Amino acid sequence: MKSVLFLICFATLAGCSSMGVQPWDRDLLSQDSMQLVPDYFDNFYDQHIYFSKEASSGGQGVGGGGCGCN
Amino acid sequence: MQLKNIKGKVSLATCSLLQISSPLTQAADSDWDVDTAFLYYGESDGRVQAAEPAIHVGHNLGDDDRIDLRLVVDVLTGATPNGAHATNSVQTFTTPSGSGSYTANPGETPLDDTFHDTRAAFGADWTISLDRVSKIILGMNVSGEYDYFSLGVSSTYLRDFNNKNTTLAVGVAFNNDTVKPVGGVPIDLAPMVAQGYTLNRSGSDDTKTLTDFLIGITQVINRSTIMQLNYTYGLTDGYQNDPYKIVSVIDPATQLPADVSYFDTATTGNLPYVYESRPDSRTRNSLFFNTAHHLTEDVINFSYRYYWDDWGITSNTLDLRYRYQLEGSYLQPHVRYYSQDAADFYIHDLKLGTDVDATTGEVYRQHASNDYRLAKSVTSTLGLKYGLPLSKNSEFAVRGEYISQTINNDGVPAGEETPDLSAVVLQMNYSVAW
Repeated sequence: MKSVLFLICFATLAGCSSMGVQPWDRDLLSQDSMQLVPDYFDNFYDQHIYFSKEASSGGQGVGGGGCGCN
Repeated sequence: MQLKNIKGKVSLATCSLLQISSPLTQAADSDWDVDTAFLYYGESDGRVQAAEPAIHVGHNLGDDDRIDLRLVVDVLTGATPNGAHATNSVQTFTTPSGSGSYTANPGETPLDDTFHDTRAAFGADWTISLDRVSKIILGMNVSGEYDYFSLGVSSTYLRDFNNKNTTLAVGVAFNNDTVKPVGGVPIDLAPMVAQGYTLNRSGSDDTKTLTDFLIGITQVINRSTIMQLNYTYGLTDGYQNDPYKIVSVIDPATQLPADVSYFDTATTGNLPYVYESRPDSRTRNSLFFNTAHHLTEDVINFSYRYYWDDWGITSNTLDLRYRYQLEGSYLQPHVRYYSQDAADFYIHDLKLGTDVDATTGEVYRQHASNDYRLAKSVTSTLGLKYGLPLSKNSEFAVRGEYISQTINNDGVPAGEETPDLSAVVLQMNYSVAW
């Protein structure tokens, strides 16, 4: 099992090595709007709201606080 | 646009809180950045209203090290469904403290309007650069409200590959939560009692622990596209009931809340409602995909999450934001669609005789809950945001969202349906860096 996981990771990284850009081509990627989470508080509030109204949560990362949400 | 890199740094700062974001573009160019925000959240029909001011302060320590602090205050009022369903009779309930009561008229979904809560949450993240291509983020969070306390730590390791076009993230988090319900911790599946009777409580507080693991990869595809894929696995152990939620016990002979034998309130004090019960263990999994794509001026941000757990809940979440660039400002429509299946132990009510012993009150099921959040449901969101850079290093933004949640009521008798929910969100943000 471990070797399979290792092979998957290796293949993924090897596949990724053919993609990407040079450092001088990061002009668009460096813009705020191109961040995967472009606004911290929009995301923060959304997660808090849906955490309290839906049965599933998470996915973007780990950690954070709990609440006895109503 | 003019707030170059501020949000990039902030999103990095939130890794331990909410997400692993791409560290690929997060060069530091300011010493301090401050984000403030205010949220109003209001549900229809007099249900939950919330006001939530928040502030984040980030500071670069040099050598790509930084520290981020976050403070959020949450004030809630209103009413929330108590878990019992509407019937053709007047229903009377005892407040959680046992010192009062409230009623629901025929056809009304019972709402508990006794809660009024203020919550304060503090979080801190410390980013430590290990070498040119790797860093670690250590996080902590603490939050408290009068009946709930949460304390957590997290750690995320980020490693760049392929000329910083690929980033591998590995994270772990641990949380310990304590709930101290008003009136004490209800005994699972024990009846609510009429005012004046001894409450069925097992103690004053209970705890649960949450352990979460993440492995994720972020990849620059080309000059205008970046993608991320995460897998998270979480384990929750301990008390996971909502201590204020109950389940109706219905007499099949009358189709009304039971009022005979064990539930003859006049002689036993027992009301025809039992406190909910959920498993004390839950394993959670999710696959999360996120991409941002630049269309010369506008930007599309799309994410999809597939979630599944051993409570029988599966869900799909689609989220799309389109940032439409205007002259010196931007508009951002937002669409979100979420659907979930019900938990295995979600149940509309318990039937006297079939699910509950009429003489002893014993519930034949191990777990039961009628919390609408565990029902099969669909949530749709439509939103619009307007962002206005005020100077090179500051930005103001406002957004409004409309949320609609539809509960599946298939098989539920007419008049007993769980009502749908609608809510509005109004939010203002102001960010500045120097």
